[in-house]
Amino acid sequence: MNEKVLLHFQDTSADLTDIEQYLGEGGYEATRKALTEYEPDGLVNLVKESNLRGRGGAGFPTGLKWSFVPKDTGKPVYLLCNADESEPGTFKDREIIEHDPHQLLEGIIIAAYAIRCEIAYIYIRGEMALGYKVLVKAIADARNKGFLGKNVFGTQLSIDIHVHRGAGAYICGEETGLIESLEGKRAYPRIKPPFPAVYGVFGCPTIVNNVETLACVKHIIERGSDWFKSIGPEGGPGPKLYCVSGHVRKPGVYEAPMGTPLRDLIDRYAGGMLPGRTLKAVIPGGSSVPILRAEETAINMDFDSVAKAGSMLGSAGIIVMDNTTCMVRALRTITHFYHHESCGQCTPCREGTGWLEKLLIRIDSGVGTDEDLKVLDSVAQGMMGTTICVLADAAAMPVRSFLAKFADEFEAHVRGEDCRADAVHRRVA
Amino acid sequence: MHNGEQPTPHESVAFSEAALAEFNDIVSRYPERRAALLPTLWVAQREFGWISTTVQAYVAELLKLPIAWVEGVVSFYTMFYRRPMGTHHLQVCTNLSCQLRGSDEILDAVERKLGIRCGETTKDNKFSLDRVECLAACGGAPVVQAGDDYIENLDVTKTLELIDRLATGKES
Repeated sequence: MNEKVLLHFQDTSADLTDIEQYLGEGGYEATRKALTEYEPDGLVNLVKESNLRGRGGAGFPTGLKWSFVPKDTGKPVYLLCNADESEPGTFKDREIIEHDPHQLLEGIIIAAYAIRCEIAYIYIRGEMALGYKVLVKAIADARNKGFLGKNVFGTQLSIDIHVHRGAGAYICGEETGLIESLEGKRAYPRIKPPFPAVYGVFGCPTIVNNVETLACVKHIIERGSDWFKSIGPEGGPGPKLYCVSGHVRKPGVYEAPMGTPLRDLIDRYAGGMLPGRTLKAVIPGGSSVPILRAEETAINMDFDSVAKAGSMLGSAGIIVMDNTTCMVRALRTITHFYHHESCGQCTPCREGTGWLEKLLIRIDSGVGTDEDLKVLDSVAQGMMGTTICVLADAAAMPVRSFLAKFADEFEAHVRGEDCRADAVHRRVA
Repeated sequence: MHNGEQPTPHESVAFSEAALAEFNDIVSRYPERRAALLPTLWVAQREFGWISTTVQAYVAELLKLPIAWVEGVVSFYTMFYRRPMGTHHLQVCTNLSCQLRGSDEILDAVERKLGIRCGETTKDNKFSLDRVECLAACGGAPVVQAGDDYIENLDVTKTLELIDRLATGKES
């Protein structure tokens, strides 16, 4: 396995939350180099050349996003670090925040300089109380060292970071929902355009980047864009954090090159299936992406390869399901989540997610009908592409893919036959 | 609060000097006052235990915002409590990765042991119980959040033992 970069904390005895020990490992050299040897535009170009694509889910090219910030508007520019990690099956950013927070702060300082921003906010989800404390301490330590505040690294630059704690709402992970929430409002996503790079938080140009994305920036400065491009497919390369959960022997976060085979991640990194069980299905990129049947899992985990297989890399939240899994119950659980988290702004999503869940409760409870299956698919279809943000699509995609790929199980349920899963149904919540 | 009773709001509330200093620091981090609303509500919840209508009015006054804006935010975010909570707040994740590893059985067992359902507080005010959506800790599924802490890799036995430790004050 390759050298770990993002999860370096696993390979060192140093406590990287301690700034002295972090400095002992060469910490903040990348930031010093970026701020003293590069012009902002040079950094944007370097990140463009690296082909870094956003790690939050959408995979948008990071350097290109930065280049959308208009110059000379006379308004301040803001950088928001999206640490509202909430897509079910995703738990990678938390590793970086809790174990190697300065790596993230470096990425933020470098990115802030590149887009000419003086104030950055880390929006961390409310549940992550430990991560919040770790970040607040890390920022105070960095400020004491002169890495944040006025005249950072002896330059004329002012850059500061504040941590902003969310309060329990999945939709804050959507970048315009995050912006509204930071402004002290309900997290109702905004219609785009205007895009945040032009009109973001407080009406100013704003860049929103994911935690892992910003951590990658630090390493690109340190090791160069050619190094980054040499890892995995050139069109979307780099070290990648994969979150493997569900029915595997060793669930966890694993760092591996972009484009690592999915089966390697399951069988080698995560130790394979639980004893005596066989693989049934995998959700490769967080609960909102289309599911893959076991026989469709011989794919590489990078943006383009997973897309070609009809799903999405998303947040690389790999949820592994074995032969004991009832697909009706699993979909019901997913659908309950999106219903719970719909912000309620758009009718197709607010009503649609409710209908999806109600129909799945009926089918799961053994009182569904053939007609319910048709309505389920048509409601999901009607939700896609009809709302301000993609939460409606996130709810609809799993429904449509589960129905298409596990039709026999859904049909068995509405015919009142025994569940096809090799396990007994539990709790009806 | 038990089973559908309306909670009685605080009679009157005011931040301590330390909390006021914290509030002033919070306000200084943002170019607009309204942006300080969520962080101020966090301080208020820590100070007063929950966000009653009295607390909402107090926060609105501090930030010079309409009460409706404060109420709109408090009612949107699940972590702002609109009811008094027990000493220990248990939140059982029942999302997919936890469910695949047995969280439904855990929630059943916790409800039976405490004699309450999700959204309720025990009569002795020791425990409040909720279902929670994905805590971003799926590698340690099943997960329960107790107060601020994540407790991972649970099963029914370990969860019931956790409750015993919390009840006897052996774990905070």
